[in-house]
Amino acid sequence: MNKKQAFLNGLRDGLPIGTGYFAVSFSLGIIAKKVGLTPIEGFLTSVFARASAGEYAGYSMILAHATLVETILVCIITNARYMLMTTALSQRFSDSTPLFHRIFVAFQATDEIFGATIARPGSIIPQYTYGLTAVAAPMWGLGTALGIIAGGVMPARAVSALSVALYGMFIAIIVPPSKHDRTVFLSVAAGFLLSYLLSDISPLTIPFISDLSAGTKTIILTMVISSAAAIIHPVPDNEQKTDTSSGAAEA
Amino acid sequence: MMNKYVYLAIMIVTIGLIRVLPVTLIRKQIKNKFIKSFLYYVPYVTLAVMTFPAIVEATSSPIAGAVSLVCGIVAAWFGLGLFPVSVICCAVVFILEFFV
Repeated sequence: MNKKQAFLNGLRDGLPIGTGYFAVSFSLGIIAKKVGLTPIEGFLTSVFARASAGEYAGYSMILAHATLVETILVCIITNARYMLMTTALSQRFSDSTPLFHRIFVAFQATDEIFGATIARPGSIIPQYTYGLTAVAAPMWGLGTALGIIAGGVMPARAVSALSVALYGMFIAIIVPPSKHDRTVFLSVAAGFLLSYLLSDISPLTIPFISDLSAGTKTIILTMVISSAAAIIHPVPDNEQKTDTSSGAAEA
Repeated sequence: MMNKYVYLAIMIVTIGLIRVLPVTLIRKQIKNKFIKSFLYYVPYVTLAVMTFPAIVEATSSPIAGAVSLVCGIVAAWFGLGLFPVSVICCAVVFILEFFV
C-alpha cells in the first residue's frame, strides 16, 4: 500500500474516532474553563496533549493548587498505559522505519489511535496514523474549545449532566476487562472502595492520609493496589505479546 | 499560585515524553514480570480511583451521580463502547435531576 493511500485510509478511519471524542472533550472543556483557559488555549492544549484522563488529571491538579512534582507524577500515572501501548508499537515497525517516524507515531498514541494502528495487519505505515490524527485531534481540540465557550452559557442542569461524560468513558474502559479478569475486577473494586474511604465524603478520617491532595491520594492508591495485584496475580507472558510475524510481506 | 501555562507546558511535555520514550529507549519487550504486571494493572486502578467518588461529587445531585455510575457499569458490562456509555451516563443525570 502506498503512503498516500494509507494517509487517506487514516483520514477515513479518523472520522468516527473524532466523533466519539467530541462529547468527552466537551466535558473536558467544562473543567478547562474552571481552570481559566480561553477557547484557543483549550484547543491548543487538547491538540498537543490528546489525553482524556491525563488532561482531566492535569486540570484537577491546577484546580487543587498542586505542586509541579505532584502534577508530573499524576501525568505519568494517568498516562502510564501509553508506555505499554507505544512499547507494543515499537515491536511493529519495519526495520527500515526511520527514528523520526517512530517518534511521531508514538507521539500520536491515544487509546483509539493506538487501537486502530495496531489492528492493521503487517508493519505500521506511519502515514496511516498521521491520517487518523489529522482528523481526530482537531475534533478533540474543537470539543474542548466548545466546552469552554458553551459550558458557561449552558443551563446548570445540562452542565451537571455533561460533567459525567468523562467518567462514563472511564467506566467503559475499566468494566470490560473487569468482566474477563478477576484480578482487574478486584483491583477496580478496591480502587472504588479505598478512594471513597480516603475522600472528603468518607465516614472515616484517617490521620495524615485524609489530608493529602486528591492527586497524591490517586498516586498512592494506584501504586499500592497495582503492586498488590502484580504480586498476587502476575500477568501471564502471552497476555501482551504482539504479532510481528506478518510484518515482512508488506514492508 | 503558579502560572497556569507552566502547568499546561509540564502536562503536555510529560504526556508527550511518556508516549515517545518507549520507542526510543526500549527496543525489546520488557522482561521483568513484576513491572509488566504492574503496568498492566495501573490504567484500570487509576481510572477506578479517579471515577469514584468523584462522579458523585461532580453532579448537582449526588444521587443522580451514583445512579449514573451504576447505569454506566451495567451498560459497559453488556458490551457498549466508550461513546454510548458516556451518553447513557449523561442522559441518566439529565433526566434524574428533574426529579431529585
